[in-house]
Amino acid sequence: MSGYTFAEKALARAAGIAAARAGDILDVAPDVMFSHDNTAAIRRIFEQIGAPGIRYPERTLFTLDHAVPAPTTQHAQNHAEIRAWAAAQDIRWFEVGRGICHQVISEEALVLPAETILGSDSHTTHFGWLGAFGMGVGRTEMAALWATGQLWLRVPEALQITLTGRLQPGVTAKDSALRIIGDLGMSGGEYRSVEFVGDGVASLSVDQRPVLTNMMAEFGAMNAYMPPDQIVFDYLEARRTREYTPLYPDSDASYNQRYTLDLSALEAQIALPHQPDNVAPLSAAVGQPVQQAFLGTCTNGRYEDLAAAADVLRGRHVATRMIVIPASAEVMRRAAETGVLATLIEAGAAINTPGCGPCMGNHMGIPAPNETTISSGSRNFRGRMGTADAPVYLANPYVVAASAVAGCIADPREFLA
Amino acid sequence: MSKHRVWVYGGNVNTDVIFPGKYTYTLKTPEEIAAHALEDLDPSFAGQAQPGDVIVAGCNWGCGSSREQGVTALKYAGVRAIIAESFGGLYYRNCINQGVLPVICTGLLKRVRSGDEIELDVDNATLQVSGQRFAFARLSPSVQAILDAGGLLPMLQRRFSA
Repeated sequence: MSGYTFAEKALARAAGIAAARAGDILDVAPDVMFSHDNTAAIRRIFEQIGAPGIRYPERTLFTLDHAVPAPTTQHAQNHAEIRAWAAAQDIRWFEVGRGICHQVISEEALVLPAETILGSDSHTTHFGWLGAFGMGVGRTEMAALWATGQLWLRVPEALQITLTGRLQPGVTAKDSALRIIGDLGMSGGEYRSVEFVGDGVASLSVDQRPVLTNMMAEFGAMNAYMPPDQIVFDYLEARRTREYTPLYPDSDASYNQRYTLDLSALEAQIALPHQPDNVAPLSAAVGQPVQQAFLGTCTNGRYEDLAAAADVLRGRHVATRMIVIPASAEVMRRAAETGVLATLIEAGAAINTPGCGPCMGNHMGIPAPNETTISSGSRNFRGRMGTADAPVYLANPYVVAASAVAGCIADPREFLA
Repeated sequence: MSKHRVWVYGGNVNTDVIFPGKYTYTLKTPEEIAAHALEDLDPSFAGQAQPGDVIVAGCNWGCGSSREQGVTALKYAGVRAIIAESFGGLYYRNCINQGVLPVICTGLLKRVRSGDEIELDVDNATLQVSGQRFAFARLSPSVQAILDAGGLLPMLQRRFSA
């Protein structure tokens, strides 16, 4: 009998049972459940259930992040309904400008290692960087969670990804995520727990780790996991308000696939239109004209991402419009304190309110038809940014900044020397 | 055994083309949502889909966003079942929770074209097209129970009214 994967251990814990195996269907009670701008829509489903109220208000969170500040009266009305609902149900919530749900909940240490967090957002895989089980759910599922505090889940099989070595300058966790998805395809992690291991994980900073776990959503993963170490414990120490015991997979856990990536040998990558697994070495796209550069999102809107762009932009000016949206107010404040924000502004970048921005086509940088965008986001599906015939390339923040300076997709090494 | 008209699509059809993200906070009713079903993939679909139609697709149908309207849009356009070589996990769950049958079936895609008729036998977990029969895996009993109830919402409505 082999040992247990992280997913098997975490979901057994969340179901309150001694042990679980891949394939088991469990009623899981998450430690945290959150929703964002879709909260008002979830409320409309919730009200049809007939439940007296939200079962566990203290485990429930709302954030306003997907279209903030409200771009239209309809969006404003949506936000107003959410604020009223939060007040009525006594739910902790985060106002416009605090940041993107995944980043804010991490910064506030509202979920901790070994815990289970379900969010009505596909990038909830993000929380694996803290050693938590994070999975996205639909609106009806969130309404059910509000009503009962529980949800049925099938324990996923697991894929182990070993990261070795250390990234070269100008290469980031984004490039490793793109390489994995490019190698194994968008369905490579389908309905599985993606469990990272190896000395390469330990080499990644608190701003780099979530890039990988977040983007495993583009890999079809149910959740992603990194073994929490001292770097994570230190991050949480000043922020957390409760105790935790980290959870690790057994050394003889059963993985139905293993994949190894040497970070030392990795070069910058790029996802070409219109799929995140349409990945090539950056050189394949160098010279492609772009009309917009976008730096932000839950995938790549953290401090190191802004600082990376500043390293490229210092003393230079963008040739095409560049939109920068910090993932949170904390990120923005730190970038202001260190001068990173000033460097970006001096280079001609437009800085916007922390939130999701144009990533999913709501506002703040919708491309015109036939305009090309280079983005630090995670999705480049046709129409993703709001316009069907507007190609999107995905790359790391250095590449986004270098491309803004050059007016075409560019290799940042020319600017970092 | 039931007969259904087929719409055939390829692999990795994602939720952004099934239901664009730009509509997620403004369109509210299922009918409004259904009017934009598959808008960026097949603009003819929303106007021509009929109650009882099924979709046949390649791998990873519904990958991408967790947005449930990707299922709502098709359900209210009339789609009864989605038969794919595999599904995005969140989409698969959304199907069950909204009472739309998800069928995982390999080998069918090459044997069928849009407009063909397919016979679906859920009780026996088989389907048939042009005289060729395909078997598919049954859902586990607890998951089938959600589907049989019409989805997660009707199931919970029963529980809270009891």
